[in-house]
Amino acid sequence: MDVLAEIRNVTKTFDRITVLNDVSMRVHAGEILGLLGPNGSGKTTLLKILALLEKPTKGKLYFLGKEVMDRNIQQLRMQTTMVFQKTVLFSTSVYNNVSYGLKLRKASKKETDEKVEKALKIVGLEGFEKRDARKLSGGEQQRVALARALTLDTKLLLLDEPTANLDPKNASIIEQVIRDVNQDLGTTIVLATHNMFQAQNLPNRIALITNGKIGEVGDPQEIFAKLSRNLARFAALGNSYSGVSTIQNDGTALVDIGNNLKIATSTQRDGQVTVYVSPEDIILSRNPFESSARNVFKGTISEIEDAGSLVRLGVEIGKLFVVQTTKRSFVEMKLNLDREVYLTFKASSVQII
Amino acid sequence: MIAPFQLFFSIDPRILEITLRSLFVSGSATAIATLWGIPIATLLGLSNFRGKFLIKTIINTLIGVPTVALGFFLFLFLSREKGPLGFLGLLYTPTAIIIGEALLVTPIVISLATSAIEAVDPDITNLARTLGASKTEASIAVLKEALGGIFLAGMTSFNRAIGELGVVLFVGGFISGLTELLTSGIWIELQNGNPQISISLTIILITLVFSINLAINLIQSRGRWTSSRRSETLQKLSIE
Repeated sequence: MDVLAEIRNVTKTFDRITVLNDVSMRVHAGEILGLLGPNGSGKTTLLKILALLEKPTKGKLYFLGKEVMDRNIQQLRMQTTMVFQKTVLFSTSVYNNVSYGLKLRKASKKETDEKVEKALKIVGLEGFEKRDARKLSGGEQQRVALARALTLDTKLLLLDEPTANLDPKNASIIEQVIRDVNQDLGTTIVLATHNMFQAQNLPNRIALITNGKIGEVGDPQEIFAKLSRNLARFAALGNSYSGVSTIQNDGTALVDIGNNLKIATSTQRDGQVTVYVSPEDIILSRNPFESSARNVFKGTISEIEDAGSLVRLGVEIGKLFVVQTTKRSFVEMKLNLDREVYLTFKASSVQII
Repeated sequence: MIAPFQLFFSIDPRILEITLRSLFVSGSATAIATLWGIPIATLLGLSNFRGKFLIKTIINTLIGVPTVALGFFLFLFLSREKGPLGFLGLLYTPTAIIIGEALLVTPIVISLATSAIEAVDPDITNLARTLGASKTEASIAVLKEALGGIFLAGMTSFNRAIGELGVVLFVGGFISGLTELLTSGIWIELQNGNPQISISLTIILITLVFSINLAINLIQSRGRWTSSRRSETLQKLSIE
């Protein structure tokens, strides 16, 4: 398989802090490569190096078969683009945002209009051209950012946690766009994520990154099946608890994670396991409601954190679970510290790692 | 008490001339201060270097320099007899007032414009660059984001310049038909025993200052207006 980009023994330090430590990695043409690692592991820095926005302190970077040097960096940068985790938009219309890169490339008005229209259609924002970009919802803003990158038809598309702060609907739209762009246009994508479910389903290959070093690299199913120590360490950072799984008569399993908490899962594994529930998969409500979800827990809000368009909450249900909600829902539900709430999630949303 | 208002509404040619001259002098001073202040603000806002904090502190201190002191120093410099720049023959001319007011408001322009540039999301530079912008194009993208703040810096400076008296009296005096301005006129006409004219000039000055402040507040409170107008302007300027 052709190598589109390669980093060799790259080290990056900021103010004597080593963020990447002797990292080597290849990005194959046409693949979706997932960088899976916790916050602060070096994913964003690695993406910025691949985007030619940061220079390695040590090591070499090759892109499109050429070593990246000062003399060719601007020209090569035209073939790689990055969508940041925190959505950054120019304070102007959606059209001006999406067409910015095309205008820099001196595209004709006709070509620009066509590409903007096509990109907005891909991300499901047709007719949004004249809207003020910064007045859109968080999910729509992230889709504008993605459309802006898509218009450029770069060889390499770098996505930093593209769905991290989004509600499930917008996250699902963006995931579908990523698949379509990769399959239909053949765009090579490197995707940084800490969402285990996304890492398992979206990329062709994943690379585990912790403490500025790349651990295992390989097929997602293989990596997840191996239950590597790196993965377990990463997963231990939130919403993941170890417990004893007992298979039930109905085919599900109950995992006792202590403090009288038993999580219903769809696993067939018995014995000691670690469960993980993505915050995006947990429904937060003031009252219990009828649904097919097997896991319903009553708890109290113990932490509130502003996460851009979303609010991240820590809910104590015997163990601390992190959930997220939109700011609007947060206000409408009149949530606050010590407020009683219910957490609901399906057995199939519980991942066993 | 009616006389000043009659003067205000009667469009007295002399008062009209003083008002227009005030607008011209203050406008020119603001334009000059903006011309040399914005590049300095851009440099300060976009780069990090040793001594930046000290430079910003000095600029902020200069905002508070008493205008009488600045006027006096300028007078010494431009003095036709002994001043080092006396040979230019600028003392007691509108040009001298323009230079004096430009120097007076330059720290205001630099300070406010630097703050506006620094307030722009630092990721805008990386965004522009990852979309293909060169370093210069990325800097222009940041400046465009700060355009609202830079505009307000200019408006505030104009506001300050038009109300200035200390510098005006020292370097412009009050020469009929040449250096008469609203602020100096208020003072001099009172000294000359013409309170009606002083009151009339005061009403005009306050009306002008009020109008400027009203405009600034409208712009600040109607972010949508700034944003949409700005996007139109930007489209015309360059993002094209």
